[in-house]
Amino acid sequence: MTRLLRSYPVALLALPAILYLALIYGVPLAGLLARSVMVGGTFSLAGFTAFFSDTFSWTVIGNTLRTAAGVTLLCLLLGYPTALALARATGAAQALILVAIILPLSVGVVVKAFAWQIVLRRDGVISQALIFLGIWDGPQRLLFTETGLIVGAANVFVPFMILPIYSVLKLVDPRLGEAAATLGASPLYRFFRVALPLSLPGIVTGIAFVFSMATSMYVIPSLLIGDRFQTLATLTGRSFLFMRNEQLGSTTAVVLLVISVGVVVASAALSRRFGGAS
Amino acid sequence: MTLIERIASGLVWLLAAATVLFLLTPLAVTVAVSFGSSAVFTLPSPAWSLRWYEALGRSRDLWGAVATSIQLAALSTGLSLLLGTLAAIGILRGRFPGREAAITFLVSPLMLPGLVLGIAMLEAFRGAGLRSVWISLVLAHVVITLPYVVRTVYAALGLFDFTLIDAARTLGLSYPRAVAKVMVPALAPAFVTSGMFAFLASMDNYPISIFFTNAWTKTLPIQMLQYVEESPDPMIAAISSLLILLAMLVLVVGDRMVGLRRMADL
Repeated sequence: MTRLLRSYPVALLALPAILYLALIYGVPLAGLLARSVMVGGTFSLAGFTAFFSDTFSWTVIGNTLRTAAGVTLLCLLLGYPTALALARATGAAQALILVAIILPLSVGVVVKAFAWQIVLRRDGVISQALIFLGIWDGPQRLLFTETGLIVGAANVFVPFMILPIYSVLKLVDPRLGEAAATLGASPLYRFFRVALPLSLPGIVTGIAFVFSMATSMYVIPSLLIGDRFQTLATLTGRSFLFMRNEQLGSTTAVVLLVISVGVVVASAALSRRFGGAS
Repeated sequence: MTLIERIASGLVWLLAAATVLFLLTPLAVTVAVSFGSSAVFTLPSPAWSLRWYEALGRSRDLWGAVATSIQLAALSTGLSLLLGTLAAIGILRGRFPGREAAITFLVSPLMLPGLVLGIAMLEAFRGAGLRSVWISLVLAHVVITLPYVVRTVYAALGLFDFTLIDAARTLGLSYPRAVAKVMVPALAPAFVTSGMFAFLASMDNYPISIFFTNAWTKTLPIQMLQYVEESPDPMIAAISSLLILLAMLVLVVGDRMVGLRRMADL
């Protein structure tokens, strides 16, 4: 260590931040992991076996993964075309798209979840619009439904899909598409063999961001679907804040942690394979 | 342009327009509801009024929470800017083995579920006998604001030409003055962007703060969520509208100082 510091004195500047995070973040996380496999002072996986042998737990895991997948899919469906449009847009159109992405990012999640409570009501904007368009016959409530939760969550997370894809797309040379066209490639062939592969690293990063955030969201399901529908994150929060069942909470927290770390590691490996710098 | 290309291009613009509308709708609805006269969020409102803003002006709880959140965000952003900038310089210039790992570690709190971090810190602080709400909140918020600073300042430093400092010294400036006159201005956009996002991340944090706040000290998101759950009325829309206004001001300042396109480089 001292030899290391003597050969790289500037590295000393990084020490306060690294020590700080090691102490305030690394040690607590290690403690959480350690406690989840300790029962009464000895090593035991009892917490996990109890959790995974309960059918309710599998309902909760299913709820979590299903909503996260739905949110990710909706974000990709809306985010990819928007990133493409942003990469092509100039002037006022570009400014409008950028504002529409960055402004909601700067507004807190409680504000947005509260807004969706209003939007998804029986007399809310969506209900009114769908009746106006003739898609619905009468007013319906989307609040406290899974569809409502997915739409509201996708709204909060879609910027995290658009930005990574945009950051890859803006570096793609537009002449590549022209070159492919000159060589006689059809539009569909160009999209699937030229444009899509080049943007794949951005798509992978976006999916990983959105999926892991949707897995661990807490405020949005609390406001948009309520207590009857539990996800891993809401169950974790509730077992600490209301149920005082810290054994269960530690177990679900570790399951949540494993999913998030798994998604991040897998996406890093995938985007490296697709030749992405990120 | 062939027909397929025209259809594809039209579809892209249509979906992009729909997404812009989708993103801005909740904000517009919130502002509209805050100026309504009815207590039950009907739109369009039968009459317009400022009664929810008047109610907001009288609410002591909310303004107390606003003050707590601003102080907390300012303090943790300041500490993060200091620690994060030093760390970025140390890691970039230190050229020691394992620099990649060091950066990944410093940015990693952003990739983990906030709730899990909150629980881990709650148990650790409790185990260490730390009882102060304020110290706990600041310690925890620096963990989640530091990654923004490290990431952005590290990227900006990668583009900075350190020989410029040597050039300034050759021209007669002392080392500290050379850093202040050459390096600080070059990094200013990175400080502004990362400071802004760090500040907003702290202001907005719910899943970590919830474990450290109590009945007397609440941050704004905690107080707001409590209101929404207990007595949902358009006063929440009024404070939300003020927060949206604040976000717009931040955006205008950010656009003037660094440009919207650079702010989008997350």
